[in-house]
Formats: sequence, structure tokens, C-alpha cells
Amino acid sequence: MAALDVADLSFRYGKKEALKGVSFAVQPGEFCALLGPNGAGKSTLFALLTRLFVAREGRIAVMGQDLQAKPRAALAQMGVVFQQMTLDLDLSVARNLAYFGALHGLSRREAALRAVEVLERLDMLERAGEKARDLNGGHRRRLEIARALMHRPRLLLLDEPTVGLDARARVAITAHVHALAREDGLAVLWATHLVDEVAPDDTVLILHRGEILQSGRAGEIAQENGLAAHFLALTEDAVI
Amino acid sequence: MIPHLRALSAILLREALRFVTQRERFLAALVRPLVWLVVFAAGFRAALGLSITAPYQTYITYEVYIVPGLVAMILLFNAMQSALSLVYDREMGSMRLLLTAPLPRWWLLFCKLLAGVLVSILQAYAFLAIAYLYGIRLPPMGYLWVLPALLVAGLMLGAVGLFLASTIRQLENFAGVMNFVIFPVFFLSTALYPLWRMAESSRLLRDICAWNPFSHAVELIRFALYMRFNLEAFGWVALTFAVFLALALWGFDPARGIMTRKTR
Repeated sequence: MAALDVADLSFRYGKKEALKGVSFAVQPGEFCALLGPNGAGKSTLFALLTRLFVAREGRIAVMGQDLQAKPRAALAQMGVVFQQMTLDLDLSVARNLAYFGALHGLSRREAALRAVEVLERLDMLERAGEKARDLNGGHRRRLEIARALMHRPRLLLLDEPTVGLDARARVAITAHVHALAREDGLAVLWATHLVDEVAPDDTVLILHRGEILQSGRAGEIAQENGLAAHFLALTEDAVI
Repeated sequence: MIPHLRALSAILLREALRFVTQRERFLAALVRPLVWLVVFAAGFRAALGLSITAPYQTYITYEVYIVPGLVAMILLFNAMQSALSLVYDREMGSMRLLLTAPLPRWWLLFCKLLAGVLVSILQAYAFLAIAYLYGIRLPPMGYLWVLPALLVAGLMLGAVGLFLASTIRQLENFAGVMNFVIFPVFFLSTALYPLWRMAESSRLLRDICAWNPFSHAVELIRFALYMRFNLEAFGWVALTFAVFLALALWGFDPARGIMTRKTR
């Protein structure tokens, strides 16, 4: 069973079509990079996947649970890292995690145990007592990823998670999330416009003007000129 | 039901912790009604004579009259401020995160609303304590009676704020809300003058004041402070709460698409 199954998804803002018949699937253990220039429809897709609003056409299923028919069962399987930072900066790392754990129905004790587990997984256990405000940008992002894992989801959605980070932090976060897919069997959908975050074995979906132009293994899609050149050529008419 | 309650306690705790860590916000919210009480009321005291009207059983000073209105003002400002923080995306991120929790959306929004109201109530009590030190003594049991009134009035105003946040695409700035929401709602109410005073200058204004749900919130609080239950005011406040909560839920309904305007 696919961790995420999107079929014929379309969405329009008034007359403007933002997504046109988008279909794809992400399997457990797969790192799927959703590549698209700004305005391609990535944010709309994420809003639909996280049920901020629902599409009238098409279907989204998470671990076989239809997001429209059984939203709670589907959301329970999903961890999300939004593009915009959503930490409580004045609260400690542990408090941020406890809050989210409780939203997902964990008891205080369970949440505390899980917090240790996810912080360890992201190599930041020693920071549990620090205020989120005292963390640097990279660590804040890592905390958000740790938080998204609190309820042990099978699918992790990340919307441009490296925006605004320096090169070192970007590399660290990309590596961490690749490891989550490889070692823990998590299905990952990673939206980005930065080609260098994609590894040769990742699946790539190229989204442009609301349509999936191409999908496949990054190494195969790249051809001789490399993924970056190929991506730029495909999305040449993007608004710059 | 346990996951629902866990979420509720987590949301309340988060709001309480944020409140404790943001002392400036707390002080700013207190200064406003205190300035009204100390400066404005002192000036008006001489100009405005008040007759005995329910729930008062004796002549009162103007300061005593406006205390319930100023308490309601705290609730009003807080409700609008939380609405604005949603409109301006400061809170929209955390709202989006909240809405991905596997719980019914109406419950999550209600928890959020309740958390905001509890913070307002803490501020209202802080104001009443300072007013007490300033010399405004209310019946001791009134301080307890007013609690449910504050809760209901706060929920009503919070629901109005949540509705504004879900539907209004953008408000120019806080001044916009001040001009078009807070000022009309506050001045066209019984917060600053009783209805019969208003009637002396204009029948129309009096009628508007009598219809304003905020007036009913003020009167509910005023009566509760004197250990009286104002059924009419309660009915209007409860009805307004139900209507605006329904509208807010409609606004945040993923199928309606109003939220789509926020992400563009």
C-alpha cells in the first residue's frame, strides 16, 4: 500500500487553475522530492494534503485512508513540517514537543518518552531544556522535524524546509530526512526548488504550472547534463 | 473523549505559558482600562450625574459605573488582538499546525477560543484587583459571581474575532479594527453611559446601543458583579456566541474554501 496516494487532483482559485489532474504515489521508505519553481502549485498541493482546504476534484489517501472521508485517520498517519516556522519560541524544546504530543492524544508520560526518542533521532537530545528562541535556524528546523515524528507517522510532508538556512544546516537536515526514509521506512514528500537537495536514488516529481511534467528516479531523469540543467530546461517559461 | 481532553489541556497550558512569558502584553492590556478609569472617569464624574438604576441600589460614582464596561473592554481588545494575530499570519502557522491534529475541527477551534478567553479573564481579575486598591469596592461575592459572566462574554467576543479572522482577507492594520470594530462596538454600548442617558440625546443611538450585543455582555457582567443574573443579557450573549461560532466554523471549514484566500 502506498503511504500517500494522490489521484487526479485539481484545484482552482476562482478562474485560475492551480493544480491540474495531479497524480502520484509515495511508497514507504521512499524519499520523493517535489521540484517546482515558485508558483508551480507546491503550496496549494501542501494545503490540500494537510486539509487546510479540500479539493472538489480528485482524491488523496494516506496509508489507504481517504483524507476526505476519514480525515482524522489520515491525519494521524501524517507528520508535517510547514514552510513557515511554527514553534513557540518562548517555550522550551521539551514543551514544544509535549504540546504537539498532546494534540495527537499522547499522555504526558508517553509524550515525554517520545520526545527523548525523536530528539535522539535528530541528534539534539542535549537541547531539550533550551528555549526554542535560543536555537539557531538549523536546529529550529530539526526540532520541527522531531516534532512531526512525535506521533510516529508513516508519512512525512515537508514544505521547503531548508528555506533561509545556511549551507551546512541545509546539508545536515537533508541528510537527516534521507536517513529517516532509508532507515525507518518513512515515506517522505519533500517540496523544494533546490535541485542539490535531491540524491540520485530519490524519486523526483517535477511540478510546473500545476501539472506534473515528469516523474522518476533522479539519477535517470538527470540525463547527461545533470538534474539542475534538466529542471531549468523543463521549467524555462517559469515566472522569474 | 480522552484525546479531546488532552488536546484541550495542552492548548490551555500553551496559552497560559505564553501569557506568563509575555509580561509586556499583560501590562499593556492593563494600562488601557486603568487610564480610562483614572483619567477619563475622573473628568466625567463631575459632568455626568447618574440616577439609581438596576443593579445599583444606591447612588454610585461614575468610576463605579464604568468598571463593568472596562472589564468588557479588556475582553473585547483581547478578542480582537487574537483575531488580528490570525489575520496577520503571526499565528496562522501555529493554527495550521493545530488543524492537522486528528481531532474534529470544531473542537480544536473551541479549545483555541477558550484558551484566549481564560487569558482575558486573568487580565480582567488583575484589573478588578487594581480597581479595588484604587477604592472601587464591589460586593465580595460579586468577584466570584462575575466569573461565569466573564466566560460567556469572553466566548462571545472571541467567536466574533474568530469569525473576522476567518473571513476578512486583510485589515489594513490595528487602526482599521479600532475604527471599524472596537470603537463603534464600545462607544455604542452601555459601557460608558446608561441607556436612559443616551436616550436623552438621541433615540436612534439608544436603540443601536440596546441592540448591540456588547451592551448585553457589559450588562451581564455588571449584574453579575452585584450577584444578580440578567437573563435577557445572558440570552442575547449566548445567542450571539452561537451565531458567530457557527459562522467562524463555517469560515474555517476546509470545503468552503474561504481559507484558500489566506494562502495565496
